[in-house]
Amino acid sequence: MQKFANPTVFLKLANALLPFMWLAVFVLFACGLYGALITSPADYQQGETVRIMYLHVPAAWVAMMAYGFMAFASAIALIFRHPLADAAAKSAAPVGAVFCFLALATGSIWGKPMWGTWWVWDARLTSMFILMLLYLGYIAIWQAIEEPHLAATIARIVALVGSVILPIIKFSVEWWNTLHQPASVFKMGGPTIDKSMLWVLLVMALASTLLFFTLLMVSLRSEIAARKLRQNRLQAIRSN
Amino acid sequence: MGVALKALLWRDIALARKGGGGLGAALSFILAVVVLVPLSIGPDLNLLARLAAGLMWLSLLLAVLLTADRIFQQDLEDGTLDVMTMSAVPFELVALVKTIAHWLTVSLPLALIAPPLGLMLNLDVAALPVLWLAMVTGSFALSLLAALGGAITAGLRRGGLLISILILPLYIPVLIFGVSATSMMMGPQSAVPSLLILLAITLVCLVISPLACAAALRAYLR
Repeated sequence: MQKFANPTVFLKLANALLPFMWLAVFVLFACGLYGALITSPADYQQGETVRIMYLHVPAAWVAMMAYGFMAFASAIALIFRHPLADAAAKSAAPVGAVFCFLALATGSIWGKPMWGTWWVWDARLTSMFILMLLYLGYIAIWQAIEEPHLAATIARIVALVGSVILPIIKFSVEWWNTLHQPASVFKMGGPTIDKSMLWVLLVMALASTLLFFTLLMVSLRSEIAARKLRQNRLQAIRSN
Repeated sequence: MGVALKALLWRDIALARKGGGGLGAALSFILAVVVLVPLSIGPDLNLLARLAAGLMWLSLLLAVLLTADRIFQQDLEDGTLDVMTMSAVPFELVALVKTIAHWLTVSLPLALIAPPLGLMLNLDVAALPVLWLAMVTGSFALSLLAALGGAITAGLRRGGLLISILILPLYIPVLIFGVSATSMMMGPQSAVPSLLILLAITLVCLVISPLACAAALRAYLR
């Protein structure tokens, strides 16, 4: 991993890989969306609205994975002082937040016809909402602190503390929910999911995950460029 | 080391008492909630009785949050923390002692005062001891998390806005189990499990918070 610590090496690799990644993302999304909108059957209970699932579920998965990635990158930055890890965590946050928002928004649109309401204080919805707040807090730290090294250090602490407390929050929200109401809302299409739906869902999940990493790489690339720009500017000021 | 920490504790308590550690502001916030809630949702006593414990927890939580930026900011600005990093005492313990001082001067008094104020919202008198117990336990966790927020934003000019979004999600477990301890009182189950989980959450915060506080403050001091 240290091999890619050198930004130049990473940039070379990213530039070589990105076209292929974009291509794969487009192919996967094309297959997935074709399956989701055309070949997959409508649910016997939920009708056509079940198709929202193919966007909603992968978005939620990626949103959770992105937070895990962010915490992992922060830990790497803290332990190994890997120079790109902080930038990776910083770049992952907005992408993850967008996926989180997407999961919440599609869930809301799905909930309106299914449950008759835009929002239910269900355990999963609530913990997703809290995840969104954690993302926003993390992004806000990067926005609020101008000095990059200081911002990176503080953001690391925020990400790691968040990742430690997130399971506790999730546990308590689930406990709180069972106290208030039995889990009745999430009974979609019986206990198992049909094969004709499953493969579409998996393709969409793969596409979303790949999209996350592609966007992460693009974002990381511009982050490195921004760093270089800042350094050049500082150097220009010094030499004057 | 013990002497130094004790001196630090007394110093912080004295400073909070003399300079107004925010207890007054926090207390008036709770009073405002107690006065405004019946005015906003109506004086129906049954409704108020159902909401009372939750509202008292909510106001305690937000009141503690109001004082979070006072824990470290002043000492960071006037260089006191700089001197403290040079002493032989581990900086984590310094952060912990300052948090304990905050608990003793702000959160604990609020936790003791809030339940009786809940009586004005028609809180069940039988729930009072449990609410007290839960609030005294939970208020330490609230102080620890407030210190965490205070340390993370200590060097920022407008940290107050940031603290709320950073720390409110972390307050959720304390709120949930704090409230559930009292709502259990009314039901057949005992409040003990909730209180124990609340205690466990407090202990987890006790481990994480001083470490994270010290790391954040060191970053600002560098």
